[in-house]
Amino acid sequence: MSAQAVKNTPMVQNHSLRNGLSTIVAIGLLFGGLWLAEQHFDGYQTQLLNLVAINAILAVSLNFIYGFSGMFSLGHAGFMAIGAYVSALCILTPGQKEMLWLLEPIWGPLAELSTPFFFSVLMGGLAAAFCSFFIALPVMRLGGDYLGIATLGFAEIIRVLFTNIAPLTNGAIGLRGIPAYANAWWNYTWLIITLFIILSILKSNFGNVLKSIRDDEIAARTMGINTTAYRTMAFCVGGFFAGVGGALMGSLVTTIEPKMFNFQLTFNILLIVVAGGLGSVTGSMVGAAVITLMLEWLRIVEAPMNFGFVIIPGIPGMRMVIFSMLLVLIIIFRRQGLMGTREFSWNAFYNSIGFKDRESFERSES
Amino acid sequence: MLELKDMHVRYGGIHAVQGVNIKVNRGDIVTLIGANGAGKSSTVRAIAGLVKGVTGQIMYTGNDGRTVNLTGSQPENVVRRGIALSPEGRRILPHLTVSENLDLGAYSRSDKPEIEKDKEWVYSLFPRLKERHWQKGGTLSGGEQQMLAVGRALMSRPDLLMLDEPSLGLAPILVQEIFEIIKRLNQEDKKTILLIEQNAYAALSIAHQAYILEVGSIVLEGPGKELMHDPKVKEAYLGG
Amino acid sequence: MTWELFVQNLFNALTVGSLYALIAIGYTMVYGILRFINFAHGDVFMVGAYFIFFGVTAAHLPWPVAALVAIGGASGLGILVDRIAYRPLREAPRISALISAIGISFLLENLGLVVFTGLPRPAVQPQWMVDPITLGSIRILPLSFIVPVVTAILVLALLWIVYKTRPGLAMRSISKDIETTRLMGVSVDRIIALTFGLGSALAAAAGIMWAMRYPQIHPFMGVIPGFKAFIAAVVGGIGSIQGAVLGGLLLGTVEIMVVAFYPTLSGYRDAFAFVLLIVILLFKPTGLMGEKLEDKI
Repeated sequence: MSAQAVKNTPMVQNHSLRNGLSTIVAIGLLFGGLWLAEQHFDGYQTQLLNLVAINAILAVSLNFIYGFSGMFSLGHAGFMAIGAYVSALCILTPGQKEMLWLLEPIWGPLAELSTPFFFSVLMGGLAAAFCSFFIALPVMRLGGDYLGIATLGFAEIIRVLFTNIAPLTNGAIGLRGIPAYANAWWNYTWLIITLFIILSILKSNFGNVLKSIRDDEIAARTMGINTTAYRTMAFCVGGFFAGVGGALMGSLVTTIEPKMFNFQLTFNILLIVVAGGLGSVTGSMVGAAVITLMLEWLRIVEAPMNFGFVIIPGIPGMRMVIFSMLLVLIIIFRRQGLMGTREFSWNAFYNSIGFKDRESFERSES
Repeated sequence: MLELKDMHVRYGGIHAVQGVNIKVNRGDIVTLIGANGAGKSSTVRAIAGLVKGVTGQIMYTGNDGRTVNLTGSQPENVVRRGIALSPEGRRILPHLTVSENLDLGAYSRSDKPEIEKDKEWVYSLFPRLKERHWQKGGTLSGGEQQMLAVGRALMSRPDLLMLDEPSLGLAPILVQEIFEIIKRLNQEDKKTILLIEQNAYAALSIAHQAYILEVGSIVLEGPGKELMHDPKVKEAYLGG
Repeated sequence: MTWELFVQNLFNALTVGSLYALIAIGYTMVYGILRFINFAHGDVFMVGAYFIFFGVTAAHLPWPVAALVAIGGASGLGILVDRIAYRPLREAPRISALISAIGISFLLENLGLVVFTGLPRPAVQPQWMVDPITLGSIRILPLSFIVPVVTAILVLALLWIVYKTRPGLAMRSISKDIETTRLMGVSVDRIIALTFGLGSALAAAAGIMWAMRYPQIHPFMGVIPGFKAFIAAVVGGIGSIQGAVLGGLLLGTVEIMVVAFYPTLSGYRDAFAFVLLIVILLFKPTGLMGEKLEDKI
């Protein structure tokens, strides 16, 4: 390059040190906040706090599969079920298992199985990722709507299997008394792990390839990209975190049965992803917080309201009526949700509060 | 009969048609000539109501003498006013029979006996279609499909017949046949015809009025025979 | 497996299969025209059943009148849903319409929950439908004859509409080339509404007959039959009415007969449909009678 060209090349300032430190500080603040919550929140509020984290993990994983990789998967509940059951099987004590398995005795090797919580959740995720792989093999070449139906079908098959294979899952009765290890510390730690991994993938070349496949698969294929392989890998990563979310949820609510891993569960996560913004990890997190809180808050509508002089009876099902209407309205009028595809970034944050870097300073000057 | 005043067509960021003024007199054959991408198809598609980003005026005077501005109209309504388009690439329905394709052309009409008469007339124009009337459209050859597309457009008994590149991909002898029929439709059946063509020679020989389109603008206009002898036209479109 | 049991199961299969077929037709017609899975279709089936229940018990209409009202009402609902939730998204990415459909489906189900409560309602079964007829040693419900016959009549009527009338011609044209169809003067939105109306009417008819056969009506009764019917449509060849019928009958037969021969598998009954789906998608994705629905490249 000529000297002139070198001189005119704008300098992109590298803020990685500042941003990295900011992240560490933010995590510190988060844990500080969690400690405060532990001191001051009641049971209900703590439950909500935990649910937000878990829903965030689930939403980010579905967004990774759908918003970033373009695969309309409706089988999330199935992978959650796998994660929940595998993890539960790992953390239930042998004594509990003997008591719980009423229909048929538990399958031999599982009876004595007992592992620490982190490992159990990890196993849940891996099991879900493993199943994702096998499900991806036949369905990955299907397009949009067919992929949705096929993944939904697999979720249903999983549900039916879990309901019927009593030696493994205790059938329709489900599992009760799962140790409640999933406290805020674990949930938010897993959330941070999820974010770290997913964001790293998205920033990497792998992530760019995924997005290019999402935008135009045919063009990507003509460039020689093995789209099937990439999508399968993305599907498995998403499945892994769905399993993690399911495992954490199982330990949070301490009771799981095949019935609860139904399409409505997937629908709730889908709503969060769409409302937050398909293709925005920040959006999924904000959406998880907003929707989880709203879902709980709207329970008011379903329980009787006592105004002293008059009691308005509760309307069961009204919550979901409002939520479905919300989904339809969002998709018609504001398809991009809250954040669209915009992401939170430290650079944007600092720019907005006045620490402009050279380029935006020059831009605002001219 | 039809007058385009300062018509623009924009597809997102692409300015395909830039302020064209075209006049089609009743009873004439008017042709739009130009290279690929000049904006010819966009012009007729805009008249037919198939395109969104259209500004300017499309003033159409029908048989009843009233003049309306067609800009922004829905395709269904344009047909009902008496303008039919045989689109670029034929666009016949391959899984429907020849007969059904023709029926579809008459969809906007409700006078059954007259529709049947028109169908017989179309068959008389294109005997090959009559032979194959039970065959699926997709099994026809290129030339037969073109005949079907024109016949289908005629089934709505249009006042203005628009033909988009009828000669595309056809063997020269078929091109001749098609153009004979276009001439017949104009001279005997008094149809007004707006003809889009890349085959400049054939179009200019039969056109009363011609417009030459380049990159969205009209660069030359005049009677067909005159333009045929214009040296610039000869060099650019008629092979010198 | 005795001969009597076999025949009884066969009639069962025919009944269930016919009902799946009727619902499947609605899915296949809408997909054929719009390339879109109408998730809310199964819930129209549910609404049809509720309409006849309330028509008979609350409005005290004679059964045939209530049936017509139910079919008309459900048909109108289908058209309304298209108008407010799908039509605004015609130009949007296809997935948006799918999400909207899922939303509407949940809306209808939970609205049903709110309005009708989750208490299963007992449908009124006219006595003559359910008094078993005895042929030799075989006992069969009259319903088991009525359902296939009514289905056949409805399917033939629909085929007549699609292949012998002008709106039907327009429907067939739209499924291949919407733009050119508009060029022919067809009001595409109206034909689409007609498609939804016809499909919904058939779903409602299925809902009514289903309620006669399995007289427990509740707001989520359309979920599983809806999924299965869609699978039947895919198996038979999405976009093909004949395929939907074939797929429905096939699925009904597989479901009933497999459990008849292997009663221990009865817990897995609901999974058969999904297994069938995966198998078809693997080996013949266009379905048994389907042709490839091209996506323009």
